[in-house]
Amino acid sequence: MKVLTVERKVLKKNDDIAAENRARFAAANLTVLNLLSSPGAGKTTLLERTLEKLAGRYRLAVVEGDVQTDNDARRIARYNVPVVQVITRGGCHLEADLVQDAVANFNLEELDLLFIENVGNLVCPANYDLGEAWKVVIISTTEGEDKPLKYPPMFRVAQVCVINKIDLLPYVDFNLSRAREYARGIQPDLQFFELSARTGEGLDAWIDWLENLIRQNPPDSGSTRKPGIEKQQ
Amino acid sequence: MFVDKSLFFFTFGLIKMYAHSGKNGVHMHEMSVAQSIVQIVEEVLQEQNARKVLKVVVKVGELVAVVPESLQFCYRAITEGTELGNSELVIEPVPVRAQCLECGRDFSPEVPFLVCPHCRGGRVKLLQGQELQVSQLEVEE
Repeated sequence: MKVLTVERKVLKKNDDIAAENRARFAAANLTVLNLLSSPGAGKTTLLERTLEKLAGRYRLAVVEGDVQTDNDARRIARYNVPVVQVITRGGCHLEADLVQDAVANFNLEELDLLFIENVGNLVCPANYDLGEAWKVVIISTTEGEDKPLKYPPMFRVAQVCVINKIDLLPYVDFNLSRAREYARGIQPDLQFFELSARTGEGLDAWIDWLENLIRQNPPDSGSTRKPGIEKQQ
Repeated sequence: MFVDKSLFFFTFGLIKMYAHSGKNGVHMHEMSVAQSIVQIVEEVLQEQNARKVLKVVVKVGELVAVVPESLQFCYRAITEGTELGNSELVIEPVPVRAQCLECGRDFSPEVPFLVCPHCRGGRVKLLQGQELQVSQLEVEE
């Protein structure tokens, strides 16, 4: 019998492909956002409202990740935006190689902004780098304000947190400041947008932020700026 | 991962759709983690010209979203009947250690909050707790 010291990262293959994606996006001066949430928090609706505001003025594209159906891609295609639907057939998250294959359908040099809508899940996608510049976690007021405490890895890797469905605040027991406090306890540099994708309230700040990202291309990205929590090497 | 390249075109050719089927029907990320572990073990066996693996030690940091029981289950499920079938998977949890970027001291945070117990600073550097790696193999030569 022999003992071998190995020390190989389990997700190295994914990380390597994510690094390739990141380099490819940077070479194309393209900002990429990875939208993450539990099912039903409003990722697709937020994306629809965003495309409504930006589609005519900027060159956008969308990668949709779902376990099954192309329903979301059909919703997105109404805005005249190129969209690729990736169906994971049970897989609970997108991986970097799926994104690499999906974006091969776009001419990245001719895009300003690419959205990746991950599979609705607050757990698994946290482990998989896709090569995006920004991870945006979306929670909604119909969920518990303790979501950050229950799913800390996702909030730790995110740079931006959207709190959606604020139009429902009078009807639900969601404490906005406590949600922010919990999330900042996990990731002190988290940037917040509070909005209702349905009514449009608060949407302008989000749109302004996205336009600013486009103007700053090449990206001053979430992954290159100094984070509140430095990752171990 | 295998991607079915048969594309379906819808609505003015704007939507492209393709389906991806996980090699063994991936239904949770522990399954995909288990598959990556098996790949690494197979690579090492080949590199080292070893016949059989007896024990696989995997370090899992406390901050990584991997459930040890699920990982064990998935590892058993995909190695059964293969050359890794009788190997033991040992999951070594790695507790979180952090260094406060404000006062410079090391501490073990009360997860999930990575707040310095000495100065209450929230800016930290993670020293350990994010590992997900195959650390050691016991093999038969």
